[in-house]
Amino acid sequence: MTGFFTLFRKEVLRFWKVLMQTVAAPILTTLLYLLIFSHVLEAHVEVYPGVAYTAFLVPGLVMMAMLQNAFANSSSSLIQSKISGNIVFFLLAPLSYLEFFLAYLLAAIVRGLIVGLGVALSGLLFADLGLAHPLWIVFFALAASAVFACVGIIAGIWAEKFDQLAGVQNFVIVPLTFLSGVFYSIHSLPAFWQAVSHYNPVFYMIDGFRYGFHGVADVDPWRSAAVVLACAFILSGLTLQMLRSGYKLRH
Amino acid sequence: MPAAIRLQGLTKRFGRLEALRGVNLEIAEGEFFALLGPNGAGKTTLISILAGLVRATAGEASVMGHDVVRDYREARRRLGVVPQELVFDPFFTVRETLEFQSGYFGLKHNDDWIDALLHHLNLTDKADTNMRRLSGGMKRRVLVAQALVHKPPVIVLDEPTAGVDVELRQTLWQFIRELNRQGHTILLTTHYLEEAEELCERVAMLKAGRIVALDRTANLLRADAQRRVELRLKPARLPDALKPHLVGEQAGAFLLSLHDFGELEGLLAKVREAGVTIEGFCVREPDLEQVFLRIMQGEGQA
Repeated sequence: MTGFFTLFRKEVLRFWKVLMQTVAAPILTTLLYLLIFSHVLEAHVEVYPGVAYTAFLVPGLVMMAMLQNAFANSSSSLIQSKISGNIVFFLLAPLSYLEFFLAYLLAAIVRGLIVGLGVALSGLLFADLGLAHPLWIVFFALAASAVFACVGIIAGIWAEKFDQLAGVQNFVIVPLTFLSGVFYSIHSLPAFWQAVSHYNPVFYMIDGFRYGFHGVADVDPWRSAAVVLACAFILSGLTLQMLRSGYKLRH
Repeated sequence: MPAAIRLQGLTKRFGRLEALRGVNLEIAEGEFFALLGPNGAGKTTLISILAGLVRATAGEASVMGHDVVRDYREARRRLGVVPQELVFDPFFTVRETLEFQSGYFGLKHNDDWIDALLHHLNLTDKADTNMRRLSGGMKRRVLVAQALVHKPPVIVLDEPTAGVDVELRQTLWQFIRELNRQGHTILLTTHYLEEAEELCERVAMLKAGRIVALDRTANLLRADAQRRVELRLKPARLPDALKPHLVGEQAGAFLLSLHDFGELEGLLAKVREAGVTIEGFCVREPDLEQVFLRIMQGEGQA
């Protein structure tokens, strides 16, 4: 376990040493979304009866920030280690692929949660957030961060150059998160796009997470939980399989 | 007693390139062993397979009797590798780097040994400096320290002195020699053949993925048929009778090659007969570089 714990600690320290870039910056960016969208839409949109638009928006933004940062942590750490070559330090060590996986997974979740917490706390300045079902909040925060931490590990191992990783970020992660109901309820969409949204796992992450705060959601939280858990299991399995086979790491 | 390192039929193909073509090698515990060969001969591939960084296409490799694939955790605990590339993690200091490396090997309280390593490698006053701020030579020493945090019985150094100044090279070899005296097995690759000749008891020469020479260093030097003498003559003109022996001319001196020193007397007699005076004379001992060049150019062609 010492091996796992050391790698985990190293991964946390890595982003902790550059907090401005890894935590403060994403919190600020998210707050800018909050300021602008709530300013423009607060008086015009009421998604759920009795829930102000800003209060509706905050959980979505918190979830989006968690996902993007969990992804960013594992993917950028891996690609940096690969490109600079220092990945050899833990490839030479007697770490099992399970230890390797858990260390990267948990460190990414930690960063996701810290950024998410920062956004949520700052969000309280702008909106009253309910705490209808706190356990759902915790569950969706952890499970969704884990999913994107896995996607980050997969992308970090697969990518050979920074621009390939930026491609995943810009063409997969950002569209998935933006088109998931962060800023709107999918019930406001035309039928076709509503149906498409149901194939986006991020939709369930945000919908279930929001249910934890406001007690209302577009779909049953149990269904959302099932989708998110299924994603977490499938992606963990895939990541473990990649690590075990040494894909792109041990030639 | 299992061999420190054992390779059996080790083969590695990268696409169409055959980097290793069935290498068999056994290195006993406590040996100081050199692996020599030109660039692209397969030295780094061989070391990478041993370290688990590259997977062999066929054949087996083991460290202290532990297979590097099936029993990788035990094999890696017994192996310390100093990689050829100057790699480092710019987020951390020297001490952090060494603490993490200890942790990866499952060691929790390793401070005494880390301090000792820093001392032996002249890094004590750099312990809390960020890796980014170190010179190339210092980074190289940190890599050596990293390879040794878990006191591995088998130490592999992949060209550890490339681009390293003379003083550091001396410090490094002193330390590695001391480790060897304490019983550590050392496998070294280097381009500096005089280093291998001075340090290593046994040498393997690798060419195009095959071992083309494997013997004690002393035997390789002895087996080298070339005996050479350098003659400085007055007048500086080589008698015709000696021309078949001539292999080179340097700054007015003639370099002659003999099969054995028994020929020497006849040679000198011919000089005298030609009425030439000997002004300077010296015997050139064979060195590993000559042996290496002869083997690489000659036999074992792929």
